[in-house]
Parts: sequence; structure tokens; C-alpha cells
Amino acid sequence: MTELLDQEVATRVLSRALANGGRFAEVFAERRGGMSLAIDESRIESVQSGAEEGAGVRVVDGATTYFAHVDGLEPAELERAADEAASALRAGRTEPRPLSARPVTPVPIAVAPEDVPAARKAELLRELDQRGRGMGDEIAQLTASYAEARRVVTIANSDGLFTGDDRTRTRIGVQTVARRGEKVETGAETLGAHRGFELLEEDPGLIAEQAAKKALTLLDSRPAPSGSMPVVVGGGFGGVLFHEMTGHGLEIDHIHKGASVYIGKLGEQVAQPLLNAYDDGRLPSEWGSDAIDDEGQPTQQTKVIEDGRLISYLYDHLGAEKDGVASTGNGRRESFRHLPLPRMTNTYIAPGESTPAQMIEEVKNGFYAVSFGGGQVDPATGDFVFGVSEGYLIEDGKVTAPCTGATLIGNCLDALAAIDAVGNDFFMKTGICGKGGQKVPVGTGQGHVRVGKMTVGGTQL
Amino acid sequence: MSEHLPSVDLSPAASRAVEAALGAGASAAEAYASRDTGREVRVHGGQVESLTAATQTGIGIRAWDGQRVGYAYGTDLSDSGVAALAARAAEMAAAADEDEFAAPPAPAEIEALPGLDSPSVAEWSAGQVADIALTVERTALAADPRVAGVETAVYADSTEQVAIASSTGIAASYESANCFAYLQALAEGEGGRETGLGFGLARGPEDLDPEAIGTEGAERAVAMIGAGKPASRSCPVVLDPTVAASFAGLIGGALGARAVQRGRSPFAGRLGNEVASTSFALHDDGRDPAGAASAPFDGEGVPRRRTALIEGGALRTFLYDTYTANREGTSSTGSASRAGYRSLPSVSASNLVVAAGDLSTAELLAQAGEGVFVTDVAGLHSGVNPVTGVFSVGASGRIIRDGALAEPVREFTIAGELVAMLRAVVAAGSEARWVPFGGSVSTPPLLVAELSISGT
Repeated sequence: MTELLDQEVATRVLSRALANGGRFAEVFAERRGGMSLAIDESRIESVQSGAEEGAGVRVVDGATTYFAHVDGLEPAELERAADEAASALRAGRTEPRPLSARPVTPVPIAVAPEDVPAARKAELLRELDQRGRGMGDEIAQLTASYAEARRVVTIANSDGLFTGDDRTRTRIGVQTVARRGEKVETGAETLGAHRGFELLEEDPGLIAEQAAKKALTLLDSRPAPSGSMPVVVGGGFGGVLFHEMTGHGLEIDHIHKGASVYIGKLGEQVAQPLLNAYDDGRLPSEWGSDAIDDEGQPTQQTKVIEDGRLISYLYDHLGAEKDGVASTGNGRRESFRHLPLPRMTNTYIAPGESTPAQMIEEVKNGFYAVSFGGGQVDPATGDFVFGVSEGYLIEDGKVTAPCTGATLIGNCLDALAAIDAVGNDFFMKTGICGKGGQKVPVGTGQGHVRVGKMTVGGTQL
Repeated sequence: MSEHLPSVDLSPAASRAVEAALGAGASAAEAYASRDTGREVRVHGGQVESLTAATQTGIGIRAWDGQRVGYAYGTDLSDSGVAALAARAAEMAAAADEDEFAAPPAPAEIEALPGLDSPSVAEWSAGQVADIALTVERTALAADPRVAGVETAVYADSTEQVAIASSTGIAASYESANCFAYLQALAEGEGGRETGLGFGLARGPEDLDPEAIGTEGAERAVAMIGAGKPASRSCPVVLDPTVAASFAGLIGGALGARAVQRGRSPFAGRLGNEVASTSFALHDDGRDPAGAASAPFDGEGVPRRRTALIEGGALRTFLYDTYTANREGTSSTGSASRAGYRSLPSVSASNLVVAAGDLSTAELLAQAGEGVFVTDVAGLHSGVNPVTGVFSVGASGRIIRDGALAEPVREFTIAGELVAMLRAVVAAGSEARWVPFGGSVSTPPLLVAELSISGT
């Protein structure tokens, strides 16, 4: 494992950070690099690469966190950051505990993307372009992108922890535009993992075909219905429903600030007994997985809902300290320029017993939301919205017309309690989650899920 | 915390980077260096929760190899660091395809734009700016007994230095400051919890009004107590400035020439056509002294300017950077933007300004008669299709009954299509404000004759 700073430097930085008091100090050093490129109008463009390094130092005293970050990893710069973080404190020195190294086995990477020539990545995008456009003459536009990112981190804190990780993620995405006369529709699909270029050795072109098929299907769409009805949500990225409805409200900072509808619900039945759900930062090679979180805590599988009962919140270091429990390994940050926050890793509803066909058959009239463009929640009120990217009417137990312009809207506790069937067709998808101005990679997953009653917001009354 | 670091001169680093890229075989090169010094104070429960002090310095190099372009960015501004990045940019260019319109801009005279910086950002101590956030929180808590708490109250400021240099002879720099404060207030009543946002933007902390910000958050949260779902229907809608700004931002994005030229904008093929009612006028102004995005030049060194986009109901022009302008044989509108040194320049709006009308908000509501006053929207990134303009987004607000505000409503969607909505704007209010949503936008409230509401 690459260590970005040695123990001696880390000890010196932590000592300076605690020079004016404080009960906890930490230095988070990072080297981040990556490369991305895109294809648009069948032309390779936006080829770019980045290389950044720096460190963030925080000192915690009472209820206050002091944080400073610098570019570069020169010991003098790190000490300057430590002095800056300590400068507002006025008490006597606190001694950090001696550091002891905790070894970490990073998520394995078979083919380091940086060793793959840029021309090979361009060739991959050309293949995506051809496969997508090959789906029909009505595909008017296709853009595809490739991105690789590597983050090497070293974390040391005044509790004596000295650890680190080496993370490589690879992701491709395709967006299509289909046109028939005046009618224009779009489709999108992504593939990503905490893996190297080996992710793309199987059949990456498949996502181009899927994205094209979505846009082509929607050329026959009608405007989405509007009103309250049963909704069957597709597998995979459908799990963003649980991510927004429940996951965010379980992040301990929202609980501590009185800004979650899940306050006081621990141990209570919040869903029907068929529902079991997890946050799991250890799913092998998943997009949201890491060996350790950004505070050096090993990631873990945390069961949050058991047989419909809420059994755990999601903790970072400070939130766990406040509640006198152990961190669940959910302290994550976008980069060395950000403070860690309690965040989800891979969040999912465990597979159930229904088949998607049964779940749809049992609906007289409703809506089938196969996939979403994304979603948003206000954890304090529980109000959420999801933009449906691929949706259909369900009429007499059958999937019929495709629909555009649908948004699902509702309140977390109502919608969670209204889940009345969970499918056995489980799979995971990738997402980028934003919170407090920080973006982190998260996985979402589920089989098909049926919500007994939900508001579909379209234009057809 | 200690005071801000002294200014550094980034121009020599930018010049060195251009030379290094040419030395690495590039036929043309441009370097954009920036240094951002900022701080943020978050308070909760009358105490400082976190205090962040930060600087970040970096450089982004665009290298042309004939008609191929590559980009590399990094944080190492030493001679060897810049040389490595320059070589990397040239290497990236080799992987790109040729594009006959790819070329760096020629230098143009850049008029100075005074008033962008603020000495007070550096002069005010951490304690003084923490007081701003604490006052915001305290004011909200005292405003109404139903305010149960404040989820977050934040003050943040930043000073940005930018220098750009190119092999075509561009050499320019500027410095600008911005600060803002906001809160999310929590109100409780009738068995529910509601949130309310209050915010303010300024160049320097002395121009923020923490009491007004706290009061706004409290009032917005309390106003939502007891909110129910409205009935599904099609009706007049008044968009308050925060909501109108989000839509203006979407429209500004769809007016970027890149999306238009590639057939990915609802405005493609509509230049000169009627795309709005005469009550809706929009311009982009990269030099408005009050706009947070103002600068003397854009992300590739082209002078910022004012550009009328929609006037008299007609679409006047799109926004161009050098590449999209070359493609149409026209001139850049100075609309190349960057999210710092990490990003390639691309077309986007600077400050969008929606023209104010004559009616007070009360008169606007009176004219609406029966309808919905929308004070918040959610899910814009997934609920709006920027290619087709079709949207359906979550909303909350108040019922308008007999021309006045009545009970609060939430958990509904408003849906429609962007151009159809602009055509249905029947009046713009007179009370415009700057809003940080949708980019940097100044807008009054807008009355839209009809939108679809989906609730119960």
C-alpha cells in the first residue's frame, strides 16, 4: 500500500493540530487522479486527465469541528493546515496517542485503467456509438462517456489509527436521442464498479443498445397519467426509491438535528414484514464499496430494516461517539477538501418472494416505473420526488403504453409502509449521491417492488 | 483562524504552462490558473458546529494538436509539475478526433470590471462571520413559537483569483469575492414538521442582512404548517423568485449553442421565432455588478458582455463560446464557463436576468384569482428533460383563492413543457431578487396562465 505520509510526519501534524487543545484530531491525505473522454456526433472529444493531491486536517473540540485543507503533501504544508485548524482554540495541548498501523486489503483491481492506452478507451466509445446507432435509424444522437478515477488515501488520527486505502473506479455511460418527425425522446444507461478496466471486458456495448431501446420505445409514448395509484418499481436503479425514502433519513446527522421522519422510530414497525433492507459497503467490487470509509473505519454490512422493523441508523465517527455506539463505517467525503458526513454506501432492499409478472398481474390499473433519472428527498418532512425515465401504464394487470413526463411523489413513511410486494429478481445499479455539496458514488439495488398507492405526477388528468 | 493568505500572482504560472505545452509539441495552448481562498461556518443550537478554512490552487491546460484538443489539470504549480501537466494535455489531444472548428480564441480588448472584489471578506474575523450565522439561527428561532429548530445555518465566503494565458496572445487576470448565508428552519405544528429556506448573497459580509435571512426561513417554514395535498387540476400558477430562477436556469441551459447545434434543445431551429409571451424577457449579463458570476472575461479569455436572449416574445440569439461560434461562423458571446481549473470550458449562462414587470406580488396573486403559488420545487435534475423540455417536478406552496394566499399545500407536482410555459407567462412581478439556484439568476415572481397540478 502506498503511504502518502509516514507515521513520523502524521504524528507531528496531529500534535500540532492539538497544540491548543481538542479531543480528536485527524489528517486525511489523498492523491487523486483520473481520466475521462466522450464521444459525440461519432467524434472522440473532451479527452482529459487530472492529478491532484492534498490533505485535510480536522480538530474536534466540544461540539465544534475546525477544518483546514491544503494542496500538496509537503510536510510543511500539512503542518500549516494543522496550525490553521488549531488557531481558533485557546486551551492547553492535548497529546495524541502513539500511532499504530492498521493494515487494509483494498478492493482488488485486475487491470489498472491507467495502464490501458487512451486509444483503447476511444475504441471502446466508438463501439458503444456503433452499437447504439445500430439499433435503428431513428437514433438521432448518441453521446457516450468513459471515466476512470483512482484515490489513494492515508488517514491518521489522535486515537492512534494509521491506515489507508487505494480505490479505483471505472464507469461508462450512454445517452441517446431518438427522433420521429417532431417527436423527440431520450434514453440513458450506465455501467460502473469499484473495478479496473476488467469491468469492460465482457460486453460493454450492451448498455448502448439498452439506452437506444429506451429512447426508441418512448417514441410511441403518451403523456403520463396523473393521480394516486399502485406503482410497480423496476429492479436495480429502482432502489433509488429506498435510498431517498429511507436511507437519507437514517443518516445520523439528520437524526441528531431533529430533521428526519425516522426520529424515535428505532425498533418500530415502519414497513410490512416482507421488507428487509441493508446498507453494505462490503459488497464485492460494487460501485459504493470501499475497504474502509473516509475516517479509516472498516466498512460493514448494516441491516437497517428487519422484517419491516427499523433496527439501525447509519453512523460516522462523531455521530457514533455522540450516541455511544460504534461507527457503521459510513463516514464518507468527496475529497480531502471536504469534511466527512454520514453517507450511504450500497443501499438495497433484499430479494423477496414475488415474481415481477405476479406483481404486475395483481394490479388492475396502475403505473410501472422501470427506471428513474434520479430522486430527491427532504429528510425533515419526508417529502420525496423521483423523475421516471422509463415508465408504462398498467391496465387490467398488463403492461401497456409507454409514458413520458412522469414524476413519483410522496412521503417517506406512507410510501415505505405501502410496499406490499418485493421481487426475487435482485440486482444493483450505480448512482452519484449529493449531500451538503459533496458527491459520492453509491450503489442502489432491489428486485421489483410494488407500492400499493403513490402519486404519479404527469399531465393527463 | 488566521487571516487569508496573501495574493499570489498566477499569471507567470499560466504563461509557463503555455510555453511548456508548446514545448511538448502542441500547436496551440491555453492555461487557466485559479486560486480560491474560502471559509465556511456552520452553526447549530447556538454553537459553531464546524469552521472550515481552505485554499485551493490549480491549473488546467488545453493543448491543441492541429484540430485535436486535449486537457489536463492538477494542483502542482511547480516548474516540473506544470511541465508534466502540459505534456499530459498534449498526450490527451492525440487521443481525440480532429474537429475542424477546434481553435483557441484570438485576444480581444478586455474592459476592466471594478467592484468584483471585497476587502471586507479578508478583514472580517472568523468570530465576526460566525456571528452572522449565529444571528441567522437566533432570529429564526425567535421569530415564531412554532419554529422548533434550525437544521443548519451557514455563512460562507470565497475570494477567487483567476489568470489566463494563451499562445494566441491572451494574458489577463481578475479577482472576485462572494459571500452568502442561508438556513433551513424547522417548524412544527398540526402533527407535522415543515422546512423553510432563507438566504442572502453579497460581495462582502457587511452587505448581508442576517435578521432578514433568519426571518425568511422561519416564515417559509411556519407558512407550510398543516399543508395538505391540492386536488389534481390545470390552473393558473404563480412561481415565486426561487422557483422562477430554477426554471430560468433550465432555459438558460437550453439556450447554449452546444445543445442547440447537436439537436438536444427544445429551442433548436427556433431562432427568431415566437417562444414566449411578451411578458417574459430574458438576458444574460456577464458584467452585471450585482451578479455573482460576473467577470471581465469568460473561461477562455473572451470578454463577458450582455446578451439579449428572449425579447418581445422572440428568440434573439443563443449563447456561444469560441467553438460553437466557429461552427456557425458567428462570434462568441463570451459564454465559455468553467467550474474552476478542473473543467474544460463549455457554453453556459453567466448571470441570467428575467425582466421585472409592473405588478406587486399582491397584484400578481389578485390577477391569478384561483390557482397555486409555488414556493419550492424539488427533483429538477431528474424531473426535467433538457432535450425535449418536458418537465414534471415536485412542488409545495400555497393555494391562491379569491386573488389572495390561502392554505399551504405540498406533495404535488407541476408538469408541462418549457416553451409552452414561457408562452403562458401572462405577467412578471416587480419584486426581483438574486437567487443562487439555476446558476446566478435575478428574477421577479411570474404568473403562468396554466400548468398541470397533480395531487390527490
